[in-house]
Amino acid sequence: MSPIISIDNLCKSYGDASALRGISFEVEVSELTAIIGPSGCGKSTLLRCLNGLELFDSGRVRIGEITLDLDNGLSHRDFNARLRRLREEVGMVFQSFNLFPHLTALENAMLAPMAVKKVDRRKAESTARELLAKVGLSDRLDYYPSQLSGGQQQRAAIARALAMEPKVMLYDEPTSALDPSLVGEVLSIMRKLDDEGMTQVVVTHEMRFAREVADKILMLADGELIESGSPDVIFSSPRDERTRNFLQRYL
Amino acid sequence: MIETLARERGREHRAWGGAQRNPRKSAPEIIRACEAGDRDVANTSCDEGQTNELIATNCRPLRGLDRLYRNQFLGFRCAPPQALCRRLLRRLDRLYRNQFLGFRCAPPQALCRRLLRRLKTGWTLKLALLFFALLCLALPAEAQSRDQQLRWGGDAEGGAPYLLPNPKNPREIIGFEIDLMNAIGKDLNRKSFFVQNQWDGLIPGLQRGNYDLAVNGIEITDDRKQQVNFSIPYYVCGEQISVRAGENSINSLADLKGKVVGTLKGSLAQRILEREGGIEVRSYENQNNAYDDLALGRLQAVLMDWPIAVYYSKPNPKLKFIGPSIERMEYGIAVRKEDAELLNQVNDALLALIKSGELRRIYEKWGIWNGETDQLFAKISAASQPGQVYEEFTQNITKKLTWRERLERYKSYLPPLLLIGAPMTLLISLLGMAVAIVIGLAVALVYLYAPRPASWLARGYVELFRGTPLLIQLYLIFYGLPNIGIRLSPLVAAVVGLGLNYGAYEAENYRAGIEAIPRGQMEAALSLGMTRAQSLRHVIVPQAMRLVIPPVTNDFIALFKDSSIVSVITMVELTKVYGQLASTYYDYIGAGVLTAAIYFLMGLPFVRLARWVEKRLATDKRVIVTAKRRWFGVGAKPVEG
Repeated sequence: MSPIISIDNLCKSYGDASALRGISFEVEVSELTAIIGPSGCGKSTLLRCLNGLELFDSGRVRIGEITLDLDNGLSHRDFNARLRRLREEVGMVFQSFNLFPHLTALENAMLAPMAVKKVDRRKAESTARELLAKVGLSDRLDYYPSQLSGGQQQRAAIARALAMEPKVMLYDEPTSALDPSLVGEVLSIMRKLDDEGMTQVVVTHEMRFAREVADKILMLADGELIESGSPDVIFSSPRDERTRNFLQRYL
Repeated sequence: MIETLARERGREHRAWGGAQRNPRKSAPEIIRACEAGDRDVANTSCDEGQTNELIATNCRPLRGLDRLYRNQFLGFRCAPPQALCRRLLRRLDRLYRNQFLGFRCAPPQALCRRLLRRLKTGWTLKLALLFFALLCLALPAEAQSRDQQLRWGGDAEGGAPYLLPNPKNPREIIGFEIDLMNAIGKDLNRKSFFVQNQWDGLIPGLQRGNYDLAVNGIEITDDRKQQVNFSIPYYVCGEQISVRAGENSINSLADLKGKVVGTLKGSLAQRILEREGGIEVRSYENQNNAYDDLALGRLQAVLMDWPIAVYYSKPNPKLKFIGPSIERMEYGIAVRKEDAELLNQVNDALLALIKSGELRRIYEKWGIWNGETDQLFAKISAASQPGQVYEEFTQNITKKLTWRERLERYKSYLPPLLLIGAPMTLLISLLGMAVAIVIGLAVALVYLYAPRPASWLARGYVELFRGTPLLIQLYLIFYGLPNIGIRLSPLVAAVVGLGLNYGAYEAENYRAGIEAIPRGQMEAALSLGMTRAQSLRHVIVPQAMRLVIPPVTNDFIALFKDSSIVSVITMVELTKVYGQLASTYYDYIGAGVLTAAIYFLMGLPFVRLARWVEKRLATDKRVIVTAKRRWFGVGAKPVEG
């Protein structure tokens, strides 16, 4: 079976500063891939390139059957349409949650299916209820984001992303904005999704989580993929000097 | 250092394990743990539900206040209608979240189809229908029977004896010109119908077809003859000099040199004074103000049409007439150049009225029969005796009133102010604001998201309409647009004018509101697969709408008061009714205070409504709670994020 995500020689620079220098990797279906690395190494940029929130300068991103590359001769309009199709298949969870503050948790999870997929209200609501129950928020359906704790907000955000029935979930430092005591509840949801066979890519600083749950670790430094492999290999016998230094600071 | 790290890791481990939590502890126990500083116990044993329960217990007094507050609507505690309003608001909220105010780049057919589909249950259409119904309601009901009517324009603010609201029943307009036109109407077998129009705009109003005749002391001059045709003169008079009673140095027109002299703007008197030269001319909009200033010593003389002087200067013991009236002018009925047949009919009717003596009886009733007119009518007559209406009117403005009478009079102001003025002001303001909000939102979105040329256009619109006076915009819309074939009714012109002007301000409000929404919101919406338009419609605009409620309310109140300007395009609204009352009763203070109070009281509910809506729709409930706590000086622990 072919990998569900394949990234080919991805490059991205902001002016003179290059953020990503030719990154290539693949993700198999239902794998959990953790991207680690020191601050400013391009982890978030890489993740945002995967669903087109950042546009890369060269290279190719393929997720499922949809390929994004820049020299494809597509019109602006067609490119945008393809971008949207890609985003429908990819759920994204942000560091700062970005829940819609004017909607309740339930409405947050209902909006996108109704607006994008034209699911009717009743069906969207029942799906949203199910998903919120799954992330342990069935007693918080009618709460507004400002009435929820950070952990609850992040769980609601995960439910919102799941409501679009994505094939792949991306997490951009999902626990970095959380009080340490609330980290666990979010990670346990991701663990549960992993058990159910969801393909997930996580940018994280939670080394313990990465070690225990991830199927594959990607170590980024200075915009390059310096090491990748199973957690056991990376954590116990890192080859690169920078990886060793980095891990030492965290463990 | 190592110790803390170990503790951290230990906790993380427990958290990941999930199942290995300590047995649950009750809320008081956790509070004690918290107070004792034992964070580990609190952290590990308290899940989200409990945390919230904890907060809820602590927040109980606050909840009570909150409920109390919410049960108020517009300051009244009234549960059932309040519940109704809340439901309505929830509907409205859902409405604009899902179906309204968002633009969708659909072809017109699809848009129509969607509109039609919503016909059964749709709110968009219902709103549109409501809007339309309001508009229809406001259009003059007499429109149907226009052909039979003899429609003529005049300005009831001009005052006695021409046209004025009846002091006994201010909703009725009286004046010798009303009597004249009723007589002509009778002769022509058509019902005379008076149309209120600003005096300056009488001829333009005639030309754009608001009415078929203009009658309001319009002097027949060569200038005007180039624009319109005039009937045979129906009245002749001169200009009368008035001075203070103790003044002895002025005995003729020649003595006015070097003096400060007041007159009415654009009248024959003004031209005489300017021709004379060496006179400092002050031109007034209103005769009362001129005679007031004369009595107060700000002017040394006033020169005005004789009938006006008879009504406003002669009864005043502080003032006296000097000499006979100067020069001679003829009032004529103005008719459009193309209406030759109507002109003939009016002339025939006038001749008949002159021959039968009917016209003289009217003038005598009003006490303005004079030698010049006598000569014109080629009839010999003795000096006029003051008529009955004249007596009543002069009594009315000179009499000292007791408190009781004064109260009675103020009470008589209320029907015209409340029944004619206030509803029109309210209607114009509401419709104007609705237009402004729609325009503002559209312009703000184009400004922010459309490609360059369109964005520049939106910016140009804002600068243009914000940077030019509303008064001139209204003039251009009402009197200017007919030149290129667009004829708007006064109400539509007023609503469009106010809407366009305030739309520019609203656009800036919305732009600020939209720009204040964090970037992450758009990113989150896009990452869910929404298009940019969908993101704006469902995520950005609803949030921005909430943010801009205070400045938009501000603008609504400003618009509410600015709506008084539309009287220049012949709308009779609150301020115009005030002007009519004030000049009839010669009472600027009483009527003024009353009118200001009505404006204030009408604006108040909207302010309260806006605050209420703002609270209801607040996205960050927590902030509101905190604010309330500060307000009442009581409180509870804030919710920990």
